[in-house]
Amino acid sequence: MKRWTLWVPLAVFVAVVALAAWRLTDTGETVVKSALVSKPLPEFALPAMVEGKPGLNRTDLATGKPRLLNVFASWCVPCIAEAPQLMKLKAAGVQIDAVAIKDSPEAVKAFLSRHGDPYARIGDDRDRVVQIGIGSSGVPETFVIDGQGRIAAQHIGDIREDDVPRLLKALEDAQ
Amino acid sequence: MSLLLGLMLAAAVPADLGYSQIPDAGKEAQAAELMGTLRCLVCQGQSIADSDVDMAADMRRIVRQKIAAGDSPDAVRAWLIERYGSYVTYDPPLSWTTAPLWLAPLLLLGAGLWLARGTVRRRRK
Repeated sequence: MKRWTLWVPLAVFVAVVALAAWRLTDTGETVVKSALVSKPLPEFALPAMVEGKPGLNRTDLATGKPRLLNVFASWCVPCIAEAPQLMKLKAAGVQIDAVAIKDSPEAVKAFLSRHGDPYARIGDDRDRVVQIGIGSSGVPETFVIDGQGRIAAQHIGDIREDDVPRLLKALEDAQ
Repeated sequence: MSLLLGLMLAAAVPADLGYSQIPDAGKEAQAAELMGTLRCLVCQGQSIADSDVDMAADMRRIVRQKIAAGDSPDAVRAWLIERYGSYVTYDPPLSWTTAPLWLAPLLLLGAGLWLARGTVRRRRK
């Protein structure tokens, strides 16, 4: 047996330890991205969540103009945090529609009157059918939808002040 | 009388498949086996069969509805992978990133046999 083969087990051992150390120290991603980004939105139709505001259908989101689809809930604390940023986006002329997750009309109404109402439409997604249908795994999440109803980008978590320019750019790119 | 009426009303409302079984036992068995291998996206170490968060119930409801409607477990798994990537399943499909899982044992076995062959030959001499 050649002498160098004696070192093979040690080399393999070192490689395994290095691999384990690398993966253990890398905290990794804890968010689950939607695999539907850059694919068309699936078909859906949701009834209205609050009185005086229409529900949400897939066809409402393919109107030739890019827009945002916000996944939120009145019981979700980070949704309160992102509310001012959504108001800013609305003021910048962005169309924002929403699906409300596991919610009641009274709670959503109270939420909107307290934190502002940036939404043109709100669909009642009490069983998370649309949320799971578009590959979203929590609230809040925001999807950039292009004019053809394709998902152009996904923002996971609350929208912070410095995310606003990025979302505006994503909307522009989706043109 | 009111108890009887209550029971009748309860029976008229279809059971929530997030928390109850499909009446067809064969389909429920298929769904249960599948749900044990699907990852809960909120409590990421658990399957949706094990988890008690409401998102897992919402996923169970969708899985049971699809199985009850006649979809095969493979089709339901593929439907979820289409949305969340293969992260959602504990039984990931064979792809370039998962190929080492299957190939590494074969390679290691081959290397071991090769080493053993050398040793055995030397001993014979």
